[in-house]
Amino acid sequence: MLRPTIGCEVHCELKTATKLFCGCKNEFGGEPNTHCCPICSGFPGTMPALNAKAVEYAVRAGLALGCNINRFSKWDRKNYFYPDLPKAWQTSQYDLPLCVGGAVEFEVNGEKKRVRLNRIHLEEDAGKLIHDGGESCVDYNRCGVPLIEIVTEPDMHSAEEVVAFLTELKSVLKYTGVSDVKMQEGSLRCDVNLSMAEDGAPLGTRTETKNLNSFRAVARSVAFEIRRQTEVLESGGIVEQETRRFDDNKGVGYAMRSKEDAHDYRYFPEPDIMPVTFTEADIQRIRSEIPELKGPRVKRYTEKLGLPPYDAQVLTADKAVSDLLDDVIALGCDAKKTSNFIMSEVLRLAKTDGSEDVELLIDAPRLAEIISMQAKGEINNLAAKQLLSAVWGTDASPRKRAEELNLLQSNDEGAIKAVFDKVLSDNPSQVADFLSGNDKLRGYFVGQVMRAAGGKANPKIVNELLDRLVKEHKK
Amino acid sequence: MDVTDLSLGELKAALDSGKVSAVEATQAALNKIERNKNLNNYVTVCGTEALAAAFLADEKRAKGENGALLGVPIAVKDNISTEGIRTTCASKFLKDYVPPYDATVVKKLKDAGAVIVGKTNMDEFAMGSTDETSAFGAVHSAVDAERVPGGSSGGSANTVAAGEVPCALGSDTGGSIRQPASYCGVVGLKPTYSAVSRYGLIAFASSLDQIGTFTRTCDDAYALYRVICGKDKADATSSDIKNITQELNGDVRGKTIGIADEFTKNLDGGVGKRFNAAVDALKAQGAKIKSVSIKSFDTALAVYYVISSAEAASNLSRYDGVKYGARAEGYKDIAELYTKSRTEFFGDEVKRRIMIGNYVLSSGYYDAYYLKASRIRTLIAREYNAALCGCDALICPTAPTVAPKIGAQTDPALTYLSDIYTVPVNITGLPAVSVPFGTSDGLPVGVQIIGKAFDEAGILGIGKALEIAAGGNGNA
Repeated sequence: MLRPTIGCEVHCELKTATKLFCGCKNEFGGEPNTHCCPICSGFPGTMPALNAKAVEYAVRAGLALGCNINRFSKWDRKNYFYPDLPKAWQTSQYDLPLCVGGAVEFEVNGEKKRVRLNRIHLEEDAGKLIHDGGESCVDYNRCGVPLIEIVTEPDMHSAEEVVAFLTELKSVLKYTGVSDVKMQEGSLRCDVNLSMAEDGAPLGTRTETKNLNSFRAVARSVAFEIRRQTEVLESGGIVEQETRRFDDNKGVGYAMRSKEDAHDYRYFPEPDIMPVTFTEADIQRIRSEIPELKGPRVKRYTEKLGLPPYDAQVLTADKAVSDLLDDVIALGCDAKKTSNFIMSEVLRLAKTDGSEDVELLIDAPRLAEIISMQAKGEINNLAAKQLLSAVWGTDASPRKRAEELNLLQSNDEGAIKAVFDKVLSDNPSQVADFLSGNDKLRGYFVGQVMRAAGGKANPKIVNELLDRLVKEHKK
Repeated sequence: MDVTDLSLGELKAALDSGKVSAVEATQAALNKIERNKNLNNYVTVCGTEALAAAFLADEKRAKGENGALLGVPIAVKDNISTEGIRTTCASKFLKDYVPPYDATVVKKLKDAGAVIVGKTNMDEFAMGSTDETSAFGAVHSAVDAERVPGGSSGGSANTVAAGEVPCALGSDTGGSIRQPASYCGVVGLKPTYSAVSRYGLIAFASSLDQIGTFTRTCDDAYALYRVICGKDKADATSSDIKNITQELNGDVRGKTIGIADEFTKNLDGGVGKRFNAAVDALKAQGAKIKSVSIKSFDTALAVYYVISSAEAASNLSRYDGVKYGARAEGYKDIAELYTKSRTEFFGDEVKRRIMIGNYVLSSGYYDAYYLKASRIRTLIAREYNAALCGCDALICPTAPTVAPKIGAQTDPALTYLSDIYTVPVNITGLPAVSVPFGTSDGLPVGVQIIGKAFDEAGILGIGKALEIAAGGNGNA
């Protein structure tokens, strides 16, 4: 039976403050050609000044992924013509990348899986072409943004494995703090190399599908390419070595260029950038700057906070979520309550349709305020949900919003008692029934009081009043 | 006193003592440039800007301020970026290109108070040895208008030789300062690779390019070098220069000067005579001459044309008609835009180097050409450094012949031979200076002194000894 073999090249933008070779801001978006200067626009005579932070970030990512760090690393020019590449070469690393080896480990269908990495190198991103009404314009804002390219060995055999690999890789990269890994903004992009061969036979001819920027597109393009190559081979054809694109809207892949048309990149050492060398002390220092990763956090959540293992996994899948949990707990909230609220409410809002990116539009102090208002009985559970939605994506104060939205429940015992007494006098027969032992009516009275109080009476107080009524009756 | 006859040192003294003003010196330079227009030394003369800068220099001096070059007129090769002043590399591609920034050396010149009078003509993108590949026409030697000034920094050499300005900046990738200095009879210094920032120098071959100076004396060369050298954050390859001395030592007593046997093979008669005379003069002043050997000497030209062309092919890829510079008309798609623009706006010599460069880097040929050349490069550097271990400097002719006539060289491979003595020095990164030492048939002959890394003061000191021997007029 034909079996697919898959390897990936993953490009990840690093979130340094400035670009790789100049002082321009490294920021997504912005008006076209506003984050650029003579250096990143490739003006004649300009020279690159290597951003040391980007080098450290690449090494940090490599260390977190178990790579060996080359003690001597250099840069090379990858030459090709394209309007989004102002120098007509991409500064990259050819034969001496920063990191070699390493692996990503994860579970698929309950089975442990390990994908080996071949290398990680540092390079610059290109600009963007904007096609509009028969005209093409270039935006150089992205030119010179630092990128790491992570190259795997051909260790995967299904779309499921590729997606699981990318999910774990994305998580690790986010934990190291070197990238936002937002697929929607293109800060994580994946090229998939795929070939088919009979089990045990040598690998078949591979194709490369470039620039996939969502897990969904990766999964669908892999499935498409497996099907396509299988059909070609089973009908006696030959798979051509080619570069392909995948149209995610149509769900169809198509050939872009054949092996004959493949670029000859004419790599040679970049004369304008000095090679980088590392001492053992440099590497130790960079290693010490890696933030607490996922594994240790899962352990801490289950052992110290007593969270169920499933919850710990969900809460650590994205670093920002885990950071939020830690910060809210640090502000004095109960761990269990906070984790429940984040899992049920925050994640519901943070995960938008069709995107792998988690977008947290609430900060820890305000989330802590909502959770503590709920804990103190100032708002009820439903109001807490409503309040979270109301402040999500704004910088409004939860307490103020709660007041504006009339979500605060009354804890004024006197006021509640007045309503309570009115309810009792309106329902004499139910009172008698309740006092004779029908405790099921408790809910009825709570409901009546809530209705009369416009939903804002703290049910806890109503319950206390009922308890007292029973006690006094028994006396 | 004709102010244009003064050397840089003399002019600076005259300015400082108030004998002449910066405006007067600048106006004199501009007048002479105008009179010599037919030499075609300049692509752009910036008279208005120069006079404004000169006026400011005089004001500064009146306030008691000073600077190493305050009020001194200087010319800058047209491949060194000047903010607001077009920088063409003598190419049709960049004929209207105005850089948005100053090269680091230009900033340093301005900070020192220098007055930039214009941008000098050159071989297109610094590729050539005669200044005939310029899109703005050939330069005519100030010594003999039928002859070339050498190249590629021919305009800079010639404007100093013609007495228009006391000093000029050039660039040297394989001899482009030293060879025209030799043809024109001026002092041309190529500093150690990395001693002067390349930021803003429009790249030809980045691992070989070096900015340097043209002056009438070795003292002037050192004065100008001191202004432009040093570490620059914008050029990661630049070096901190520590061993700056105040004055050159022209005393060669006890110094050992090496001559490689390979240097004197196939030497042109007239040039050979002048070279031997220079060696005799140094001996007479107390220098020891030592015979050394550089077996890889013959391989240098081939290594140079592989490496420099490879880097040039990459460096010049950015001229594609998409961004700054010229764009051809009448294209159907992006590929045709590239092809038409590059076909129309690059000259033949530039195209030749781009083709060589892409060939030696292409897959299947890389190992045989680029990689092999890189290895021999290491070998050549090792041999020159080994030879320098037992010597203070090496000496050889700067060029195998005197300046040829315009149009005389039609075979590019033969033209390349004129750089046989200068090219290996760029490959090693070492500093070298060409010092005039008399004439052959009335045409200047230069002697090249090659030193240890960062020993600019050392080689210029030996050059000064030759100046003394030549008695100021170069005819010892």
